[in-house]
This record gives sequence, structure tokens and C-alpha cells, in this order.
Amino acid sequence: MSLDEEVPFQNDGELHQKLIAEVLAAYPDKSRKRRQKHLSVAKALDTPEAEAEGLMTECDVKSNIKSIPGVMTVRGCAYAGSKGVVWGPVKDMVHISHGPVGCGQYSWSQRRNYYIGKTGVDTFVTMQFTTDFQEKDIVFGGDKKLEKTIDEIGELFPLAKGISIQSECPIGLIGDDIEAVSRKKHKETGTTIVPVRCEGFRGVSQSLGHHIANDAIRDWVFDKKDVEHEAGPYDVNVIGDYNIGGDAWSSRILLEEIGLKVVGNWSGDATLAEIEKAPKAKLNLIHCYRSMNYICRHMEEKYGMPWLEYNFFGPTQIAMGLRKIAAHFDETIQANAEKVIAKYQVLVDAIIAKYKPRLKGKTVMLYVGGLRPRHVVNAYNDLGMEIAGTGYEFAHGDDYQRTGHYVKDGTLIYDDATSFELEKFIEGIRPDLVGSGVKEKYPVQKMGIPFRQMHSWDYSGPYHGYDGFAIFARDMDLAINNPVWGLFKAPWKKAA
Amino acid sequence: MPQNADKVLDHQPLFLEPEYKEMLARKALGENLPSAEETAKVGEWTKSWDYREKNLARTALTVNPAKACQPLGAVFVAAGFEKTLSFVHGSQGCVAYYRSHLSRHFKEPSSIVSSSMTEDAAVFGGLQNMIDGLSNAYTLYNPKMIAVSTTCMAEVIGDDLQSFIRGAKEKKSVPEDFNVPYAHTPAFVGSHTTGYDNMLKGILDNFWKGKTATPGTAINIIPGFDGFAVGNNRELKRILDEMGVEYTILSDVSDQFDTPSDGEFRMFDGGTTLDATEAAINAKATLSLQEYCTQKTLEYAETFGQKTASLHYPLGIGGTDDLLTTISELSGKPIPDSLEKERGRLIDAMADSQAWLHGKTYAIYGDPDFVYGMARFILETGGEPRHCLATNGSKVWADQMRELFASSPFGAQCQAWAGKDLWHLRSILHTEPVDLLIGSSYGKYLERDCNVPLIRLTFPIFDRHHHHRFPVWGYQGGLRVLVTILDKILDVLDLKTNEPGETDYSFDLVR
Repeated sequence: MSLDEEVPFQNDGELHQKLIAEVLAAYPDKSRKRRQKHLSVAKALDTPEAEAEGLMTECDVKSNIKSIPGVMTVRGCAYAGSKGVVWGPVKDMVHISHGPVGCGQYSWSQRRNYYIGKTGVDTFVTMQFTTDFQEKDIVFGGDKKLEKTIDEIGELFPLAKGISIQSECPIGLIGDDIEAVSRKKHKETGTTIVPVRCEGFRGVSQSLGHHIANDAIRDWVFDKKDVEHEAGPYDVNVIGDYNIGGDAWSSRILLEEIGLKVVGNWSGDATLAEIEKAPKAKLNLIHCYRSMNYICRHMEEKYGMPWLEYNFFGPTQIAMGLRKIAAHFDETIQANAEKVIAKYQVLVDAIIAKYKPRLKGKTVMLYVGGLRPRHVVNAYNDLGMEIAGTGYEFAHGDDYQRTGHYVKDGTLIYDDATSFELEKFIEGIRPDLVGSGVKEKYPVQKMGIPFRQMHSWDYSGPYHGYDGFAIFARDMDLAINNPVWGLFKAPWKKAA
Repeated sequence: MPQNADKVLDHQPLFLEPEYKEMLARKALGENLPSAEETAKVGEWTKSWDYREKNLARTALTVNPAKACQPLGAVFVAAGFEKTLSFVHGSQGCVAYYRSHLSRHFKEPSSIVSSSMTEDAAVFGGLQNMIDGLSNAYTLYNPKMIAVSTTCMAEVIGDDLQSFIRGAKEKKSVPEDFNVPYAHTPAFVGSHTTGYDNMLKGILDNFWKGKTATPGTAINIIPGFDGFAVGNNRELKRILDEMGVEYTILSDVSDQFDTPSDGEFRMFDGGTTLDATEAAINAKATLSLQEYCTQKTLEYAETFGQKTASLHYPLGIGGTDDLLTTISELSGKPIPDSLEKERGRLIDAMADSQAWLHGKTYAIYGDPDFVYGMARFILETGGEPRHCLATNGSKVWADQMRELFASSPFGAQCQAWAGKDLWHLRSILHTEPVDLLIGSSYGKYLERDCNVPLIRLTFPIFDRHHHHRFPVWGYQGGLRVLVTILDKILDVLDLKTNEPGETDYSFDLVR
């Protein structure tokens, strides 16, 4: 905490408790009982054990439980977690949305996973491949159509390095055997073919889709080919960075600058080869823990590769992350990390000098997915902003446990929040900024509250790394300090 | 250091800085992508007739289709009724997708709930989800009507909406007399236009079933699935008011997808009232502005003795002439001079600009009725709609297109592509190029790959803002379409002629 903050920020925990009680009162009994376990207020932990672990608070909510019908959950499905998040960005493979047309259509080019390539020729991320199921495919099964689809991809996209089959709901219900099709076609063509059982009804959110997608890498990619790779002492993989708006690039540049070699980036701007050779690296660096911890644990178990969580949002966390990563290597790397931190401090000072006076004391409510409800907290703090509430769409208990490292006493915590709850919480707290998704953006803005999409970076970014922090700070400023928020009330209404 | 606090670089210039270009070049060494030569060779081949033949011979794979699935149309049409909440029975991820899709186009909230069925519901059926879901939605969001449609999951396992809704009412999820219309909307049949039709019929059936019509003087008008509904429906109503017609718009989303920013979030705004919907049974006629969004609904309306008629997206001179004459015939009201004057003004503008439009060639894609209406207008400007493509178009639609082409000498070289996708269109544009492309935002990949300027005039438009707030229907709308096309033609010409000392001899001030 910097010296110019005389009065430390304190969240209004009492108000937050009251808001929770108010929203719960609106539910029918059965749903109230279920929802109350997902809402709470972070409680300060001042035990020596907590301090030793760097835990500030306890965020005690239940999570990763089925959403209640009819309440307007913001969550997506397993297909979204697999095709939309983990597999979709792998650029030199064709990802088939296997089933009816909609899933692939609505997720087509919607996550801004930047990549370099000749789309349609050697890379395929911003395209929508589907088997476009018709009634007869449901009635008679779709395996034959899938086989034909794979043949047609082979003919028309000969430079594709592999194919993944992203199952939509009907696949698992009509008894198709996509694994058998994959084996058969792999045998015929030698191409990597990955069947993924990410039907939308599996699990309770995107989360199981991430897990299933991770398992598919383990089962259908690892150890299937002789991988040529000359392993070096500084080889690392970046896991769980989807290169949204170029995030992985503004991270990679720092890792290279401290002397590391990034072998694979998963899965933003990734190629199949980068995934195949990943087990030969020395260390896995994981950014989005929620979506890719599974494969890190597997690589640890199977190949003895350690893994390390890091956070490249905002200068405080970036410096901590670089030091933590460097500590895994020799003194040269550690010295490089210090040099890099010092070099960028000039930029950081200039950004903070410019934006902090405009943002200091502003409050933020977050409601996002995988890692951001906690990972961006310190980036806001670096700008003098404070978090009034945060929550996850599809977190597990270990995410909330980790959140305690970031949020202060009295922070409102909401798991799988419904649109009703979010609206009431935002109305009650009236934060200076809300960071959430496109479905939340327009309702919030109509309430007169500035908003930034924190999935897609609102078509901006990157936000990772030092270069990204400058954009992050600029974006928060332009959202909060735009004159439009002052125009809402008609002058004749003010007089009334 | 590439980044700068004084002038913060966005992703677009940032990654062009030398540090990043060098980093990306290093990354490329480990990617194992094909060589630049190989990629260039295959890239050239994808532009060839050989590739086109193979591409058009596809029977299983669909690439970059220009259509969505049924429930999207269902939730769209339901949004046009007073305080109506869509409830989609099945997996919840679908609903997140419809909401995002609509919000990205309209830049507006989209409120829809799901019954959040999971694996256990796949085994035991989703009755309990319906019971709990209707109760929660009714209690929390206080709608006047809940319109139920289905995802493909619920369809595959065979959930029966009628009996489920009855079951939920027995369990007091919603009051007995509360309106819960429903429609089965399987994603593996038809497209979003089919879903529009099914849900609209379901809503009308909810109010009309078992009743007898007493024919009155009003007419019903169904706009159909239309990304420009905000501007179009308001223009339509202006025209109808100008004519003094008594009418009911069956599903009017124009206010729901255009709520003001004044500090209050309106979950529901505007829409056709439930009373008017109920009373619409007594209309003397029902007119659809998009045939392919309303086939079942019109058949249904006919069973109540209503006259019916359908148009193909009333755009341009002939399209609007048909709109006015049909309304006039059905309502008995004459077409006022004021509208005739508007017609003259559009023709005046077309005549002023005809030299820039005559002989221009186009590819047009989108929903069947939009493509028809747009192609018809292009023919009126002396343009040639060479390639007209509807992924959700049928053989009958293709025949209608051919008839349209045959009606004009400018249609001689035009082709209709029913059931084809935008990857087919890529091949078609590489082998038989055109001057301009008209469609949705998805066409930007064709604009890039085939070097053909894209004019965004149909749903979805994600990468340009607010176009849908201005009409394309009617003579006034035609003027706006005309200007949009002209601006593109002239902007492209300016860009091609702006090199001093090279091309700027034709960088004319007056065009």
C-alpha cells in the first residue's frame, strides 16, 4: 500500500450482508435454500497461519453446483469450455462443432484468440466447421456423416495438422461412437483426430468441458508421435493463456526477456506441435488455473514436470510472478528478472502517475469466469481502485480459497450469480465500474454505471504484462471518465 | 520499449512494433506450420476452379454457414410481446449463446432463462426443471407471459412441453390462467427462421385455440426475423399510420431492443400487448413480410378465416410498392399522396446516382427473404445480383429467385445458391468475382480473402454499431440502402485513387 493512502479502504460488509438477505427474500423457498450457500461476505483472517500463507480473507461459498432452473444463470456449457476455451484456439487444427448448427455459429470468432496464420489454408481459428445435423442424423446416427466430414476436411484443407470433434448435446444422447470413428480415420490417414465428449448437458457449467478437453489432450495427443525437440534448460510452457487480444504475446515477451524459452503456449496462437512437445519442457507456468490445472497435474504425475501458478495482471503481480518464476532457475535468470522489472518500472511509474489520480478510490464489482475474478484485483489496486464485490461463473472451492489472497474484508462474494442478483447487488452498491460479460454489459450501462467486458477485454487488450497494463489502465479510465454518464438525466428532470 | 504511457498503443499497432515482430518470428520457428511456399501454393489452389468443384461437391461438411438454429428465432419473436420472458427448456449453455448473440448485434440487453437441464435430466426427463424453472422465473422476473421453446437436448430425449407445462401449473409454479405458450424448436430442423414461425404460431395458438373469429377491420402484420427490426418496425408503423390502417404487429421487438439509457434498466419494454394478440384472431387478414419466417403461422391464421399474403422483405421500389398495394388491398385503405411522394424521392435519388450503380455486380447472402428483397432492389438500380446465397434457402426459394432474375435483363447472369455456405461462396467469388458483397459481419472474412468490399445490411452485425436503428424497409429505407451502397462504391474509389503522383488524377472532388 502506498503512503498517500491515509485512510485504508474498508468495504461495507454490513450493507453487503443486507443485500444478500434482500435478494434471497425474493426467491421461492426451495431456490432460496439453494442460492444462500452461494452468497457471502469475505471475512478477515488474522491468524498467524493465514498470514504465513498470505491469506487475507475467507470467501466461504459453495460452488460448482448445478444452476437453478429459470433464474437466468450467466453460465455456459461443457461445449463452450472445450471448443470455446481450450481447443478452439489451437490454430492449425480444424475443430468440428459436431451436431446442429447453432453451437458453432454462436461461438464463431467470439473469443478474440489472436493468432498468426493464413486462415483457411494453414490455420482455421476464425472459421465455423460443423456437421450441421438434420433430423435424419438424429434418427439414424451421425457417425457416417462424421466420417465423410473428416474425408472432406482432408481434401479441402490438406494443411490442417489435425482435427478435433467437439460434441454437442445430441451426440451423447443418440449413442454415436465418435471414438471409433476417430480411431478408424486416424488409422486410414495418420492425422491426429481428437474426439471430445463435451456435450453441453455434461457437468454444471463450462468447467467440466475444460476438464474433458484436458483429458482429451492426455488421451489423444500425448505420446502418440515421436516428437523431435531438443530440450533446453530454460524451456517452459505457458498453460491457460488464450491470447485474448494478444495477452499471451505481451506475456511471452517478458518470459523471453528474462531468458526463458517458451516451448508451447496453450492454447492461444498454439499449434498442435506445441502441444505435442510440451512434456519435454522443464516447467509449466499456468495462468488460468481453472481451465488447465488438470493437464498440469497430469504432466507432473506422468513426466515429473513441476508447475507454477502466476499472475501477469498489473505491475505488483507481474513483478511477483517474474521473481517466482525466476526462482525456479539459476542466478542468471533471477538477475535478468530483476533487470526486466527495473526496466519496466519506468513505464509503470508513468502509467500510474497518469491514471491513478483519475481512478483513485473508485470501486469495482467483478463477475467473470476462470481466473479473473481474483487475478485482476491487484491490477485495480495498483491504480488505487478497490474491489467491492467479486464472483465466478464456474469456480470450484480451490478458486474461492485462492481468492482469499486477493480480496479484503467485507467484499461481497457471489457464486454462479443470477442476473436478478447481479442487478440488485449493483443497484445496492452503485460501484464506479462493473467488469463482467457481454450479457451483463448493457443492463449495467443503462443503470448509468460504467462497464468493461472482462472476457473479451471489450474488444481491446492485451491486458497481460507491462504493455497490457498500460492498455488496462487507459481502458478503465476511459470507461469511468467518459462524459456520457453525466448526460443521463434530462435537465427538466433535475429541476423536479 | 514498445509501450508508452503518453500514447498507449492498442493491440493493432503494438504487435507491429519491432520487439513483437521479432518475438513472433522466433515463435514461428517452433510452430511446425507448413512452409510459406507450401501455404502459398495451397492458398492459390483454394482460389481455383478445381478447388471450387471439390468444394461445391461437399455433402457432409458445412463451413461458415449463414444460418443459426431454431431457438434463436423463437426467443427473438417472443421478445416482441409485452413483458414476455423466453424460457428455453434444455441445456443452459444454449441460452447463454442466444443472449450473447443478440446482445452483440443490438448492443442491448437480452433476457432469457433456461431450465438448466443436466445429465440426470437427460436420463429422467426435465419435468422437475420445468416445474422449478417456471416458478423461479415467474417469481423473480414478474413477466406477463413466459414463452417456452426447446434446445435440441430436450428434443432428442423427447420431453413433451404441453404435458410438462400442465404439470408445472398443477404444482402451482405459475397461476392456472398465466400465459405459457410453447413451441418445440429442434435445432436439427430448419433454422432460426423456422423457430420464429413455430414460436409465433405457439403464441397465437395460446390465445386463439378453440375460439371462433369475428372478422373485423384490422389486419395483422408479421415482420419476421429481422436484425433491422428496430428501425424497420418503426418505419412500418409510420407507413401504416400514414395510410390510416388499423393494424396489429405480431411481434414488435422495436422497443425491447432499443431501450433508453436514463438510469433505469428495463428488462421489458414495449411489444405487442397480450390483449392485442388475443384480439388479433378477429383480423380480416394477416400479412407476412417474410414468407420463409411464417409458413406455418399463416396456415394457422387461415384456419380462422383470415386472408393471408406474404412478401419478401419489402425493400426498394417494387418491394415497397408490393407492401403498399397489398396493405391497401387487405385493408381497403388507399395509398396516400404523401407516400407516393416518398416513392418519387427515392426514384429521384436513384436517377441522380444511376451512373455509379449501373452494371455493378454483387453477391448477396442472408436469410431467403432478405436476399430476395435485396436482389430485387439491386436489379432496380441496374446492378446485377450475380450470386444470391441462402444457407437456409430451399429449392422453392431458388426457383423464386430464378423467376426474379428472369424478370430483368440485369438478371441474365445471376445465380441462386440454396443450401450453400460462405466457404462455397469463397470459391464462387474467387472464380467468378463481383464488385460488391452484401451480407452480415461474417462476410468480412470473404472481404479479406476475396478482396471484395462488404456492405453490412443484414443480421448479425457485430463489428459495426447501430445500423439496425435505421430502417431499410419502405421508400425511406430504400434511400438509406442506396446511400450505404453508394458510399461504399465511392469510398473504395477514393481509396484506389489517393496515391499522389500515381493514381490521384481520378481523385475527383465532384463525383
